[in-house]
Amino acid sequence: MSWTARIGAALALVLAAGSATAAGGHPVPWQLNMTEGASPLSHQVYDLHMYGFWVCVGIGVVVFGAMIIAMIRFRRSKGAVAETWTHNARLEVIWTIIPVLILIALAYPATRILINESNTGDAGLTIKVTGYQWKWRYDYVDYQGRPVDRVGFISKLASASDVARQLDSGISPDAIKSKTGYDDYLLNVNEPLVVPTNTKIRFVITADDVIHGWWVPALGWQADAVPGLIHDMWGEIDTPGTYRGQCAQLCGQDHAYMPIVIKAVAPAAFRGWLAAQESRARLGTIARTAQLTPVPAPAPRG
Amino acid sequence: MATHAATHDDHDAKPSFAQRWLFTTNHKDIGTLYLVFSLIMFFIGGSMAMIIRAELFEPGLQLVQPYFFNEMTTMHALVMIFGAVMPAFVGLANWMIPLMVGAPDMALPRLNNWSFWILPFAFVLLLSTLFMPGGAPAAGWVMYPPLVLQSGESLAFTIFAIHLMGISSIMGAINIIATILNLRAPGMDLLKMPLFVWTWLITAFLLIAVMPVLAGAVTMLLTDKFFGTSFFNAAGGGDPLLYQHIFWFFGHPEVYIMILPAFGIISEIIPTFSRKPLFGYKPMVYATASIAFLSFIVWAHHMFTVGLPLGGLLFFMYATMLISVPTGVKVFNWVTTMWKGSITFETPMLFAVAFVILFTIGGFSGVMLALVPADFQYHNTYFVVAHFHYVLVSGAVFAIMAAVYYWIPKWTGHMYSERWGRIHFWNSVIAVNVLFFPQHFLGLAGMPRRIPDYNVAFADWNMVSSIGGFWFGLSQLIFVGNIVYTVYFARQKASARVWEGARGLEWTVPSPAPHHTFEVPPVIMPGMLAHDDVSH
Amino acid sequence: MAQQQGAYYVPHGSKWPIVGAVGMFAFMWGAAHWINGNELEGHISIAIGAAIILTMLFGWFGTVIRESNGGTYNKQVDLSFRLGMMWFIFSEVMFFAAFFGALFYTRGLSVPWLGGEGHGAITNYYLWRGYTAAWPTNGPLDIGGAFHTIPAWGVPLLNTLILLSSGVTITVAHHALKAGYRKQLLVFLGFTILLGVSFLWFQAHEYIEAYTHLNLTLHSGIYGSTFFMLTGFHGLHVTLGTIMLIVIWLRCAKGDFSKDSHFGFEAVAWYWHFVDIVWVMLFLFVYVL
Ligand code: HEA
Ligand code: HEA
Ligand code: CUA
Ligand SMILES: [Cu+2]
Repeated sequence: MSWTARIGAALALVLAAGSATAAGGHPVPWQLNMTEGASPLSHQVYDLHMYGFWVCVGIGVVVFGAMIIAMIRFRRSKGAVAETWTHNARLEVIWTIIPVLILIALAYPATRILINESNTGDAGLTIKVTGYQWKWRYDYVDYQGRPVDRVGFISKLASASDVARQLDSGISPDAIKSKTGYDDYLLNVNEPLVVPTNTKIRFVITADDVIHGWWVPALGWQADAVPGLIHDMWGEIDTPGTYRGQCAQLCGQDHAYMPIVIKAVAPAAFRGWLAAQESRARLGTIARTAQLTPVPAPAPRG
Repeated sequence: MATHAATHDDHDAKPSFAQRWLFTTNHKDIGTLYLVFSLIMFFIGGSMAMIIRAELFEPGLQLVQPYFFNEMTTMHALVMIFGAVMPAFVGLANWMIPLMVGAPDMALPRLNNWSFWILPFAFVLLLSTLFMPGGAPAAGWVMYPPLVLQSGESLAFTIFAIHLMGISSIMGAINIIATILNLRAPGMDLLKMPLFVWTWLITAFLLIAVMPVLAGAVTMLLTDKFFGTSFFNAAGGGDPLLYQHIFWFFGHPEVYIMILPAFGIISEIIPTFSRKPLFGYKPMVYATASIAFLSFIVWAHHMFTVGLPLGGLLFFMYATMLISVPTGVKVFNWVTTMWKGSITFETPMLFAVAFVILFTIGGFSGVMLALVPADFQYHNTYFVVAHFHYVLVSGAVFAIMAAVYYWIPKWTGHMYSERWGRIHFWNSVIAVNVLFFPQHFLGLAGMPRRIPDYNVAFADWNMVSSIGGFWFGLSQLIFVGNIVYTVYFARQKASARVWEGARGLEWTVPSPAPHHTFEVPPVIMPGMLAHDDVSH
Repeated sequence: MAQQQGAYYVPHGSKWPIVGAVGMFAFMWGAAHWINGNELEGHISIAIGAAIILTMLFGWFGTVIRESNGGTYNKQVDLSFRLGMMWFIFSEVMFFAAFFGALFYTRGLSVPWLGGEGHGAITNYYLWRGYTAAWPTNGPLDIGGAFHTIPAWGVPLLNTLILLSSGVTITVAHHALKAGYRKQLLVFLGFTILLGVSFLWFQAHEYIEAYTHLNLTLHSGIYGSTFFMLTGFHGLHVTLGTIMLIVIWLRCAKGDFSKDSHFGFEAVAWYWHFVDIVWVMLFLFVYVL
């Protein structure tokens, strides 16, 4: 689409789409707001976000309203004569205390969600996520209390996008589409992370070279992947589907090109998938195992 | 060197160009140097922003390689922060503080010149990295290890450039403190000082406290890269996050360094054009001090997603949120100053009003960012980029522009073009919103920052933002045009007071302010100061 | 508050500031080249920069001294200098604070986390199993190999005593200056210099010992990093302080400084005390604890 055409088409959309909400799996054109996501945490975070937003709007209406009234009513051109008063202790106290109360009202839910968020215990599935320049490695550690036997793989930008993204590739980003027709330019990978729905998943996140950021908005959080440290978070996906995200922390020249795709399937299907992976690993038909050290990261330019 | 004791015998002697501009000890000339330097840097940093916006105009790579894009992001921020905004405030301080407190000059005039001249050299060092093999630093202005340690030749140059900038800022700050504490005219009590002076006094303390910490942080980068230390390497017992803690211990106060003097400017302008004294002078002073204090204990709000312990997250969330309280006090006092005033809207006032509204919007997104669980979604997205450009561009930069329009008649003796001032204002204020407001949407939709290319879903708002960006950039040419016009071509002479509602010592000297002012401390008459009746 | 006797002295234009800026630029430019391995360019540029900076310092201080002796400065100017020096020292304090902060953070938090304490249990479990937190440490990967530390109660204690006594001698010298006993002034200031030099001598000795016998180097993980950066920057400050002491000794010998106007002397004394206090902190937190 040429950019003029895009503006034309989209201007119509923007009004209709208003607060366009996708199923939450990926961003949509003209999207205005955060999506609710697909996890108990992401719903809470969305609510907190909206709550914070409306509180700010409320304060904004009062403050900007007062300003606008002042600007209209007390103009010299309207003959306004300036008063000479300069201070009022009671007012100062009031507008110190009211914001404090508002802040407490904001901090309370935030604290509750945070406490919930930081409880990574009793997970049904543990996945180790490792960031590399510029790809992710996933290792399944344990599932339902049982260690997983060597299931792990590297997930990186799918080749269609990788070709199109080159400077002067001559391929339009609009031409990159998934089988379902979704424009998945830069948000597609060669091999998605497969997880079961309705299962508390503990992600233990780290990196092997520089800091990356593992972020799937539908889970409701991002976590920095720091070399030498483990950062653990949890997520639980309530609807089967494909959820997309990106590396969120600047990690060098191809930072924009290390997306994350999660495929959430029903637990039964997941068990089947995992068993198949495990037996393939056992049979040695697949070279990539958790024990294999991944390919070293390419040297940075220069 | 001139060492004879007779100091002030050269009023009418025409100094040579070098004497006037290279060797100067005059606070006004040094102020001018700072301001001109800052304007040049604003254009250099802005040009980089234009490259960023041009590449982001459409999805796909059209103009630059990803690595070069990262160089632009990094340099844009470093140039804007250390080259444009901070020097602009120091320039204003140089020009105005001695005039406002009734001092003959800055306390340490030669040191003052040194502070300035280090800066251009520091930037030569920094900008030269753009032309080096391996390119300029590209790890973001925050320069996180281990990524930044992968830089080529540029790292050492960048670090030394930062050392120089730090030295310059520290010496500048020392000078400002000495001037304010020591050179006030008799009768200019601390609690009668204009707010611009107060905010700068506090800013100067912040500078002295945190610039050395930045120097320490980048020095550790240097030794980790070149001398085998393990500060930021977990394998050796260090911690990559240690850098972030030290950096943000500097970095957060740094953002207040860029806004407190702006608060001061706005507190001068709003009373003038409301023709009503500043409301709540003392609470304004205390609020500034509280903001400065709190700024030291909130640094980890830039690190919510690194995996801090729960207790740490909660502490930094609460402390960060608290900053809204004194900041709110300021906003409410400005609004109340306008209330029942007799307002006119000359260009400085237009910028000041826009500042209050747009800064507050930026502050609101700041409070949203402070909510840790929400920040887990906002962090490293364009929502953050929108937040800080609201406080920095429509905040700090607007305040600087307001200050230039407000004081340029005093500096040059001529009125700027009010008509073009308004044109500049309306273009800027609309464009800046077209530029940055959609970035909130992009961030919420999930667009990470520091990427040269993106999914097609982000295309539309990016295009809007880029158009706003070019528009805003072009509008700044009007600003420069107006300045050049005022300095060289304007006819309309400015009176000493310039603005009907203006009060304070700076308005008691003629316009343009003579090269030397207050060689003998002024005798302060009742009504001369803006705040001579606050002692209750 | 500012009371005015006579006008505040505002100097004429001076070429020294910009000369100094050029010198700093040349120096930094050279240092960056040198670090990047361009030895020759580096050395030349560093040498030029250093020469310019030295010239600038002589020229600038020379001017100030002449102005001061010429009676150009009043009390108010003197106070500006004092404020300047005070806040300069404060900035130095903050510079050291960054490195002390690094020490406290790693010792108190991040090393224990790597070792699996509290918040770090999972990090230790997945990445550094078998590593137990300790101080001193060179980290889970034993960066730089096994090393020994320098015992606090030998040379470091001696150095502590040396610096503490130098604090006393410079105070005595100051009193002597105020009382007009020039000879005593020179003697005690001389002692201070000697103490400073011997501190540096012992410190150098200690470094050689660390590198040659203890295998304690900059590469020795976080312990080596914090140890050498803290003591190294301190040593650098002692060196500068000693040079400053020598300069004022020479000035005293020439008969500079009067009983009641000797800010140059006091500035150096403040600086020396600051260096002293930093050392006491170092002794406590780096060596003893
Ligand atoms: C001038 C610069 C400036 C200023 C003034 C501020 C002000 C604030 N900032 Fe901002 N900030 C930046 C510059 C600035 N910031 C920059 C540059 C970054 C990004 C750095 C990077 O990563 O590159 C950043 C990032 C940043 C983050 C990290 C985001 C992330 O990376 O995930 C956070 C999180 O808490 C934050 C919070 C705040 C808060 C709470 C304020 C508060 O001070 C705002 C207070 C003001 C108000 C709230 C409005 C007025 C108040 C009222 C009308 C009273 C009533 C209001 C309430 C009760 C809510 N900022
Ligand atoms: C005071 C600080 C300051 C200022 C003033 C600005 C001003 C601007 N900034 Fe910047 N910015 C930062 C501080 C600042 N910024 C920081 C700290 C970052 C984070 C960096 C990081 O991630 O590490 C950042 C990052 C940043 C990004 C995100 C980059 C990324 O994540 O990859 C973007 C993108 O739009 C951007 C845009 C702009 C624009 C369009 C302006 C405009 O306001 C600029 C307008 C000025 C001009 C344009 C110059 C004047 C005019 C001309 C030169 C005439 C010619 C004009 C045309 C050809 C149109 N900035
Ligand atoms: Cu990996 Cu950004
Ligand atoms: Cu901050």
